[in-house]
Amino acid sequence: MPPSSSLDATFAALADPTRRAILARLVTGEASVSELAEPFAMSQPAISKHLKVLERAGLISRSHDAQRRPARIEAKPLQEASMWIERYRELWEAAYGRLDSLLADLQAQRPDPKED
Amino acid sequence: MPKPVKVTTPSDCEVEVVRTFDAPAQLIWDCHTRPELVSRWLLGPDGWGMPHCVIDLSVGGRYRYVWRHLTNGRAFGSYGRYREVVAPHHLVFTEEMDGLDGRPMDIDNPVEGPNPSVNTMDLTEVGGRTTLRLNMRFPSSAIRDMALKSGMTDGMGVSFDRLEAVIADVTA
Repeated sequence: MPPSSSLDATFAALADPTRRAILARLVTGEASVSELAEPFAMSQPAISKHLKVLERAGLISRSHDAQRRPARIEAKPLQEASMWIERYRELWEAAYGRLDSLLADLQAQRPDPKED
Repeated sequence: MPKPVKVTTPSDCEVEVVRTFDAPAQLIWDCHTRPELVSRWLLGPDGWGMPHCVIDLSVGGRYRYVWRHLTNGRAFGSYGRYREVVAPHHLVFTEEMDGLDGRPMDIDNPVEGPNPSVNTMDLTEVGGRTTLRLNMRFPSSAIRDMALKSGMTDGMGVSFDRLEAVIADVTA
């Protein structure tokens, strides 16, 4: 899969709050569908559906040998997605840094009497 | 130290940017709605300027920004219409980009598509400090992701080389 489409899949998978919660749970260690269904008060098929989305996005992997097929988190796509957001954040940080300077400049020129 | 900018993705078509400023809402509003102020900060990296900035701040009114590289002549732009204007707290406007694909830009009459991004800016002032929340809702997750990745291209701005110099220049 080209990097761009896998990134799209990562973002799409992360957009859902249940899937984010599942990932947060998997950070603490692998878990089976039934182990995940219980704390989330969801049916096992519903959990399985979310796991499939996460697996397709490469965010988790599931072992094929064991019957309980525990899911475990995969770090790399998450790191990639957070890298894009971090670069984007830096872009705004730079623009807003300039806006800070402009605001300071404007306030110095036209001090607000209410501020005194 | 720059203040932190918080970036979140509330849904797969949205990006939200939150930042607090040491200034009243009215001043931040002015910096987003008066062309002579917008063109002083809403810039790309070093080497880019905003030679064209036109704003008709009314419901249904249009705005047009064009950025141009000072030496290599490359240009791109953004444009849209205001949908809600409640000074100095609430601004909703559409946004489309052009020039990034290398096709010629129509500066005065850019082609408006049927499905632009919709941006909502809210300013909340408490005790002289103002929190800016900018929510950007894109027409699809693919376009949203493209916008997120723009941080890596040199369109809007990535390499913040000599940023300190730019800030020093503005404040001088």
